[in-house]
Amino acid sequence: MAHEGISTAEVTVRVNGQSRSADIDTRTSLLDLLRDRFRLTGTKWGCNQGGCGACTVLVDDQRTLSCLMLAVQADGREVTTIEGLGDAAALHRLQEAFIAHDGFQCGYCTAGQICSGVALAGEAAAGVPSVVTQDLRAETVELSVEEIRERMSGNLCRCGAHNGIVAAVSEVYGS
Amino acid sequence: MSMMQRATEALNRTLPDRDVDPLTTARRVVGQPVSRVDGPAKVTGGAAFTADVDLPGMAFASLVPSRIARGRIRRIDVTRAAAAPGVIGVVTHDNAPRMDTPVLMTLTAKGCAFIDVAPLQDDVVRWNGQAVAVVVAESQECADAAAHLVHVEYDADAARTSFGDLQSEAVFPADVLGEPPEITRGDVDGALAGAAFVVDEVYSTPQHHHMAIELHATVARWTPEGKLHVWDSTQALVRTRHSLAHAMGLPEEDVTVTCRAVGGGFGNKTVWDHQLLCVAAARVTGRPVRLALRRKDAFRMTGGRAPSRQRVALGADAAGRLRALVHDSVTGIVHENSPEQVSVPARHLYAADTYRIGQKKVVLDVVPNASMRAPGDSIGSFALESAIDELASRVGLDPIELRRRNEPAVDPTDGTRFSKRHLIEAYRRGAERFGWQERNRVPGGQRDGRWLVGHGTASAFYPYIRMPGGKVRIRITADGRAIVSAAANDMGMGTETVQVQQAAERLGLPIDRVGFEFGDTTLPESPIAAGSAQTASLVITVAAAAEELKKVLLKRVPRRSALYGLKPNDVVYRDGGLRHAGDPSRAATFEELVGEAEYVEAVGSSPMLPLEFMKYSMHGYGAHFCEVRVDAVTGETRVSRWVACIDAGRIINPKTAASQIRGAVIMGVGSALMEEGLVDRRTGRTVNASAAEYHVPVHADVCDIDVIFLDLPDPLTPMGVHGVGEIGIVGVAAAVANAVYNATGVRVRDLPITLDKIFTGSGAS
Ligand code: FES
Ligand code: FES
Repeated sequence: MAHEGISTAEVTVRVNGQSRSADIDTRTSLLDLLRDRFRLTGTKWGCNQGGCGACTVLVDDQRTLSCLMLAVQADGREVTTIEGLGDAAALHRLQEAFIAHDGFQCGYCTAGQICSGVALAGEAAAGVPSVVTQDLRAETVELSVEEIRERMSGNLCRCGAHNGIVAAVSEVYGS
Repeated sequence: MSMMQRATEALNRTLPDRDVDPLTTARRVVGQPVSRVDGPAKVTGGAAFTADVDLPGMAFASLVPSRIARGRIRRIDVTRAAAAPGVIGVVTHDNAPRMDTPVLMTLTAKGCAFIDVAPLQDDVVRWNGQAVAVVVAESQECADAAAHLVHVEYDADAARTSFGDLQSEAVFPADVLGEPPEITRGDVDGALAGAAFVVDEVYSTPQHHHMAIELHATVARWTPEGKLHVWDSTQALVRTRHSLAHAMGLPEEDVTVTCRAVGGGFGNKTVWDHQLLCVAAARVTGRPVRLALRRKDAFRMTGGRAPSRQRVALGADAAGRLRALVHDSVTGIVHENSPEQVSVPARHLYAADTYRIGQKKVVLDVVPNASMRAPGDSIGSFALESAIDELASRVGLDPIELRRRNEPAVDPTDGTRFSKRHLIEAYRRGAERFGWQERNRVPGGQRDGRWLVGHGTASAFYPYIRMPGGKVRIRITADGRAIVSAAANDMGMGTETVQVQQAAERLGLPIDRVGFEFGDTTLPESPIAAGSAQTASLVITVAAAAEELKKVLLKRVPRRSALYGLKPNDVVYRDGGLRHAGDPSRAATFEELVGEAEYVEAVGSSPMLPLEFMKYSMHGYGAHFCEVRVDAVTGETRVSRWVACIDAGRIINPKTAASQIRGAVIMGVGSALMEEGLVDRRTGRTVNASAAEYHVPVHADVCDIDVIFLDLPDPLTPMGVHGVGEIGIVGVAAAVANAVYNATGVRVRDLPITLDKIFTGSGAS
């Protein structure tokens, strides 16, 4: 949305497999682009400061705090949000596991938790270590409960659904 | 006690008990671990939270917070902000519409505000961080940028901001939730002096913050006719409407409040300044306006849990029986509506020959504190249950045995009978599951590598509350489904799921044929989701509506029907319809009863006064067991095992209820080990106002939490239920502190139990 005196830019992002463009205020975060311009409101925010993880999405399959990325930085990149993982009629298996293990209460941190969970599986498969990883040279990392807890710690949940979240991630991606 | 109170009490004692709800033992749907019915929406991003609302022409607001704690605004210059790109308008006390005081949350009033002055009505600054201007712009980016351009000059006055420094000024409040602020029996100081064993210590707890992950959001739209529609992240739809209608001078029917999903409330999603500011901004600019608090605003513009300082003195005889119980406490508050009732657990948990239990207040120039998950009980129990543990070690008794020896036969302070009390049974079951017999018995005596291992236990406790005055509508549609409607709230407790279950049980339907419609004030009025009271309040109201519905359905019975001529008392809901209570062959399905109509409906009201809990002592209880591991080198504490055995009546859904207990335990562990709102005593400003600096437990801090429900119905409550939202946090901090003592031999009496305090023993006041 252009207003006089504001610098704008055109961005094109592939969101959930679809190319979408918008003319934006360059101060716009990826989070606000997704929510306010593309109306993909499944991605939430709890701080706008990188402190809570609620805004986690996948950018080129890497988990990314969308509140900390300017929309212009996402130009030309591939973004996956919670809406792109599955829908009520065809749930992603991690989404199903969240329901089965009661991995949420209010459901507000959930999109971020699920996106983190999906990305974490990729990180482990690529052998990216965490602070609790024992063997730093291993080709892949086994996702023990301890690894999952460590790697999911950037996603706060104030309702305290941690046990269910870890159980769900563990069931789908755990060792 | 006043004459009036005496009269009511006398009346209560003569009143008959209510009949036991016949569904107290029903198990077809109630008691089943049903997965959340809103699950698919919540895991796909489909649930509608307030900030997701998008209206045509909607503008965005940003707030300007005050920089002083007390004083006046000398000058406020909005010229640069008003001229900034995209700005539509700036609202200050110079141009804000007149607003009346929003109605406060009290026992008797119908509002839910915690601040008793409407914002922007004068130039007075009442706390640091209070909003002094609202900037409205075409985008959030423009509003946030322009908010920095508002120039404010202040005349600051001296402010009362340090709770710790003002202890000598503590005075009694008028009452504590309708109870006297202090109660005494016998010569407690004499009994203490003569006791065989004495513990006399001071415990303190800091300011806590709710820190729900969803930030408070409001969208306000005025219609051309002057009606107001507000979307708001509130846990009290009807009370929010009442507060806003009163503030804006509107009849309630001209105000609609909508809220389908709340991203966590914990007592804080009520009316604060931001709703009024949003409504005012929409009025001034003529646009629908969205106002979402920034995280730092949520810390400074809405209140948390009040700080406390509590002396607990216990005197016991040689056998560990309490001869004296003193709980002299002080909390830091702004006004008396939310006293942080720390003295409540001591009023009901132990039999003591003599006691003095009370609380004073220190009035502060800060944002008023709100109810935070088990207000008062949570931190009051930290002091009491730590002291009980200290006494047990002094007497040389298992802390569970000490509690058993002091278990009262009737309520220890008001003398009423217990409707149910299974505290010792909760200890028995919990201890068995936890392996309490194998616990570490010598403080500092168990080591596993670099870890010192310790075990602790403490009691959970929470009053049973049922809110009067609700209504529920049940509609039976032509295809035989039921839609139950109430302006109820779901902030993650599982309201929708649990209401579907209990209504399905009541109406004799499978759960997939029942829907629960909630989250809007156009639906029948429902009480606030607070005090862990919503479920019981709705269960009894659904029961009332189901009785009304029987009458409506029976009126429609045609002559040829097997049910013709029967009265409501003759029939029961069974198998998707009504049936003669004694003769199963006389039945009709809902489809038959609704016949040609589109639907049939009835509205039921809850019985007005919850007399049962005036007549009986009605509380939930529980036993927490925890294992901690304290790093012998760094003092870092990790909670490694947890068992919570809860006596909260009948459990409607063990899956969602266990999640509630787990969430409460985790919040309690946060208060035990890390949570602390740091206030700069010079400026009265909360300095760690961010999600990164106000530490809450993260995944790596949370172990598996084993929850056991005794699942024993309370004969006096609807379906035998109690609330489960808050009880789980009570006793948690004490259980952790007791385990830390057991692991290290260091008793920390000042929350949070951080490594520096363990190392230096500095928290051991
Ligand atoms: S909103 Fe992005 S981390 Fe909190
Ligand atoms: S489910 Fe509410 S914050 Fe995680």
